[in-house]
Amino acid sequence: MKGSVGDRTFQAVNGLLLALIALVTIFPIYYVVVVSFTAPSEYLRKDLVLFPEQWSLESYRYLLSSAAFPRALGVSAFLAVVGTACSLVITSSLAYALSRKRMEGRRFILLMILFTILFSPGIIPNYILIRELHLLNSLWAVILVSLTTGWFVILMKGFFDSIPESLDEAAAIDGCNDISTFFRIVLPLSMPAIAAFGLFFAVSYWNQYFNAMLYLNAPDKWPIQVLLQNMLVDASGSALASETMRQPPPSETLKMAAVVIAIVPIMLVYPFLQKHFAKGAMVGSVKG
Amino acid sequence: MRAIKKNRYLYLLALPGILYFVIFKYFPMWGIVLSFQNYSPYTGLWGSEWVGLDHFRRFFSNPDFWLLFRNTMAINLLNLTFFFPLPIVLSLMLNELRSEMYKRVLQSILYLPHFLSWVIIFSLTFLMFSQSEGIVNKLLIAWGMEPYPFLTDAGIFWGMLTGQSIWKEAGWGTILFLAAIAGVDLQQYEAAKIDGAGRFQQMWHITLPAIRSVIVILFILRLGDIMEVGFEQVFLMYNGAVSNVAEVFDTYVYRVGIQQGQFSYSTAAGLFKSLVGLVMVVAANRLAKRFGEEGIY
Repeated sequence: MKGSVGDRTFQAVNGLLLALIALVTIFPIYYVVVVSFTAPSEYLRKDLVLFPEQWSLESYRYLLSSAAFPRALGVSAFLAVVGTACSLVITSSLAYALSRKRMEGRRFILLMILFTILFSPGIIPNYILIRELHLLNSLWAVILVSLTTGWFVILMKGFFDSIPESLDEAAAIDGCNDISTFFRIVLPLSMPAIAAFGLFFAVSYWNQYFNAMLYLNAPDKWPIQVLLQNMLVDASGSALASETMRQPPPSETLKMAAVVIAIVPIMLVYPFLQKHFAKGAMVGSVKG
Repeated sequence: MRAIKKNRYLYLLALPGILYFVIFKYFPMWGIVLSFQNYSPYTGLWGSEWVGLDHFRRFFSNPDFWLLFRNTMAINLLNLTFFFPLPIVLSLMLNELRSEMYKRVLQSILYLPHFLSWVIIFSLTFLMFSQSEGIVNKLLIAWGMEPYPFLTDAGIFWGMLTGQSIWKEAGWGTILFLAAIAGVDLQQYEAAKIDGAGRFQQMWHITLPAIRSVIVILFILRLGDIMEVGFEQVFLMYNGAVSNVAEVFDTYVYRVGIQQGQFSYSTAAGLFKSLVGLVMVVAANRLAKRFGEEGIY
């Protein structure tokens, strides 16, 4: 059954080619992880490190004992946690209301929301708005501009569409108004979907670069992505400006350690992301 | 009115979200008027002088305009030619694997870069390719060759961008195709085998036709985005040596508008890009829908 010689050759070549592609995908990450754990002395001594003889946490210790790096991690964590919470509340409440057929005018509102997906006035008008609101240099600027998008509202509305209106009628008989129905009954019922959206929001806040760079000038407000970018292009290492008296490790191993730390949270949620979004992307494709 | 009163809590629930869209998505649209003014932060939107289409005229007659246009088109055409077919090929290859385990491991690896930020992608690119620190150049030196300035050579800049996009998104791009392939009736393959069709013939006559409509629709939608170049990707890779090939509409608006303070002129530039983008997207959607219907019948 398992076929001819040709078939087996095809299988082998195909499997090998894919392994090669996977190798190319994983290699940069492997390399960065390995070098970040290499002892500075070994890195300086050798021309090329592909596997360390001596493991060391020196680069991580140095990074985490600086002032700037832990602060940037804190900022990113703040954005991810607070931003995600705000995004979920505002997106889900709007999406739920729009999914109820008894809401008059919902077609119009949906159309207006759809239009914001197709057309954006550009960077400058947004920047001027944030400035007029006196939000420049505030972390809230970064949260507010990326709070939600038309896509999220429409995707989440699609999910709430599957919750029958008879459910809220029953709740209304029990004395719930729409707000308490939503928070006490609908949201708990929708937890798996809400969690998936939350994960996606959290990743996008963690990965925020452009808005943070645009709206936050003070280095002490920088999230990890902005700090990382500055560390990379700045050869002198002044972006860290560590007050520790320690001899700094080579800037390369420091950069690699910083990249690894910025990837770790993504890796932690990756199994969930893959599960949900492989599914989500397919649902989207069937609908679109 | 009565319906609104009866459902007032529902409207209350929607209110924060509606306000958000009004303030943060629609209010800036009003800022478009500043592209017809000589806006200055001191006089504001109300007190600034009206200049009609001056900024647009200046933008179109500026040699920068053609540069931005060329770079945007070049980057997107390279993407369409080299990036676009890859997820299709990859999903065909993945589909041929016999071992589910192996397939799943490969997918886990290939999807991962999609979730990494552009800063991380840029960092990895830098640590791989920079002249002083990159491992590729270290290898070249170890093999007795000259190091190559991958990041500062304007001649290969677009290629580097395409490479980055491929590394980041080609794996993730297979999801849609794999989903379409999963819908193919396995009996078709059995029948083809009995008729003596080989692997490649099966791929050509069964699998590819099954995903053809997905390919066509994605291709059209991708054409609709022809004005869009990933801002963060280009902005991060930008440096003085490649500025001529790296400047695209968004980076230009940022540099001229935010960094040089020419708010009105750069708003006009941004508006041009948004308007052309809008027309392209709407046209592409129309077209895709037409193809989608054909796919159904």
